[in-house]
Amino acid sequence: MAKNKAVLLQGNEACVMGAIRAGMRFYGGYPITPSSEVAEQSSILLPKVGGKFIQMEDEIASIASVIGASLTGTKAMTASSGPGISLKQELVGYASMAEIPLVIVYIMRMGPSTGLPTSPAAGDIMQAKWGTHGDHSIIAVCPSSVKEMYELTIKAFNFAEKYRTPVYLITDEVIAHMREGVELEDDYEVIDRVRPSEAPSADYLPYRCEEGCDVPPMAAYGDGYKFHVTGLSHGESGFPTNSPEVNDKLVRRIVNKVEAHADEICINETHFMEDAEQVFVAYGSCARTAHYVVKQLRAEGVKAGLFVPKVLWPFPANALKAAVSDKVKNVIVPEMNMGQYVLEVERVLGGKCPVTGISKVSGELFKTDELYEKVMEVIGK
Amino acid sequence: MSSSVNYLRANKMPHIWCPGCGNGIVMSNIIRAINDSGIDREKTVIVSGIGCSSRAPGYMDFDTLHTAHGRAIPFATGIKMANPELNVIVITGDGDSSAIGGNHLIHGCRRNIDITVVIVNNNIYGMTSGQYSPLTPTGAWATTAQYGNIDRPFDIPRVVAACGATYVARASVFHVPQLKNYIQAGLANKGFSIIEAISICPTYFGRKNGMGDAPEMLKWLKDNCKMLKPGDAGNYLAGTAEYDVPYVLGEFVKTTAPEYTESYMKVIEKAGGAK
Ligand SMILES: Cc1ncc(C[n+]2csc(CCOP(=O)(O)OP(=O)(O)O)c2C)c(N)n1
Repeated sequence: MAKNKAVLLQGNEACVMGAIRAGMRFYGGYPITPSSEVAEQSSILLPKVGGKFIQMEDEIASIASVIGASLTGTKAMTASSGPGISLKQELVGYASMAEIPLVIVYIMRMGPSTGLPTSPAAGDIMQAKWGTHGDHSIIAVCPSSVKEMYELTIKAFNFAEKYRTPVYLITDEVIAHMREGVELEDDYEVIDRVRPSEAPSADYLPYRCEEGCDVPPMAAYGDGYKFHVTGLSHGESGFPTNSPEVNDKLVRRIVNKVEAHADEICINETHFMEDAEQVFVAYGSCARTAHYVVKQLRAEGVKAGLFVPKVLWPFPANALKAAVSDKVKNVIVPEMNMGQYVLEVERVLGGKCPVTGISKVSGELFKTDELYEKVMEVIGK
Repeated sequence: MSSSVNYLRANKMPHIWCPGCGNGIVMSNIIRAINDSGIDREKTVIVSGIGCSSRAPGYMDFDTLHTAHGRAIPFATGIKMANPELNVIVITGDGDSSAIGGNHLIHGCRRNIDITVVIVNNNIYGMTSGQYSPLTPTGAWATTAQYGNIDRPFDIPRVVAACGATYVARASVFHVPQLKNYIQAGLANKGFSIIEAISICPTYFGRKNGMGDAPEMLKWLKDNCKMLKPGDAGNYLAGTAEYDVPYVLGEFVKTTAPEYTESYMKVIEKAGGAK
């Protein structure tokens, strides 16, 4: 791959550039720290490529406008932080139910409530998974560098288009606000939603999947298909139904179209895992601290390793189980919350080895010394 | 008269509405207005919120979007912004538009984005069986106002005129020619248009408020609405006109202002993104 010149970018800025590279042409948002630069950059960059930016009256209106835009065949994104994402939840579920591709940038700050607006946290990992009501599935990608803010935003759009689902790009304030020199690649894969192969007709079924596929092709408003979209339970025709069979089939399909493809969706980075005995699972800015501590431990002769899920949801169950060999004595999950992802790690490893969470909820990122000391307490036992 | 049947999804009948409901009258007049205005049906999207009235798009053979309670206008805004070629029509109930969706209503007016909104005002929350809405008259009975409603209702034309809508009219399901003509004028207006259709809910409003059945409620509309006198819109909106009826019908605002998607095209030109 060709080496390009490094450019100095802020995380949020890289995210918008990646989004435009992926084909974003609509942004609807409402300002909130620490995500506001995503809106600001979108307002600058979108009109340069003929795209549209709108600052809506609140976060609910923002995601509503994004769903509307997506239904015209336009790749669309919104961004927010805890309080705003809480407001969006009803329509995250709408986008799941109606299978509308969209990207939600979720920059976590300290909560609950208004909390510490400018401080990093990871207290919303479970909200990303279960924030909206009802059984559904979600894809959440989690960058831990500025370059990943660019690249994983492209991935987020690709997942949204491929699986017709809302996708979170979730990370903490540190990653959103830091600046790094980034060498972008020349080529990135960009995926567009599959459009219906048949011409518009009275028999058109907007939610019919082709044989062997669980994601229906998607028409755009104005293409002549005259189709109906609703958040009510619906069959292939898109019209509401009370049929228990249809409802059961629908909910299973919209969950499984993501969960059954977890192995294709999950992206994991591993460091020194081959012979690791002390394994870290870390994401977002924590992954950076953990990486440093792992190298420090290695230098001291401790066989430490690191597993970084770049896709938090669906949970990388198979990859994690495969990565954690019988040699592993401890799995350590540092998180800027009271212990959220650690519960999933524990569940998936199912007693294979002790799993210990290290939690921090002061609104500060983990410092390397601090994490090192806490880890020594775990390892020393 | 055009045949509205051609525009309906006949296989979705029977509809969910009660006998005597005003929703069918509003829906058929939206269809007549679309037909008579000659707009391209394949480039027309009908968006609604949640409620009995918001079920109308499901019966209308267009691109249709049944959204979430109160949110039709921002969904419609995204559609119109992303593809200004599309004609976008919103159908929304009194609660949908003025309670949970009140914020979106006023901001749609302020932006003057080219969307035509038909507010079906049956004075009550129909879908959830008769709770009071911001358009329920003071003193009326509702399942959540069993001692009489103490809230003061909004007067939609005054609210939306103050917020900047460029076409504002009110008709009723008894005053059908006006209803159709106003919707058609709303479609012709290049901006945010609001047509309030005073409707009837015999099941939850009429019956419990001693107004009788549907024919009696229609007769009530005939007797209790007056047409705005020529040249009196300014007085009406200023609150200085005197009419001795609950509802004044007519066209309250017919003006022009920069349309939002056109203004945004200028932003694109400035930024250098025009094709
Ligand atoms: C967020 C949310 N809150 C409440 C409801 C319940 N709900 C459904 S329809 C409705 C009121 C509908 O009344 P209106 O908008 O006047 O329309 P109508 O049914 O009378 O046509 C309510 C409160 C809901 N679906 N979603």
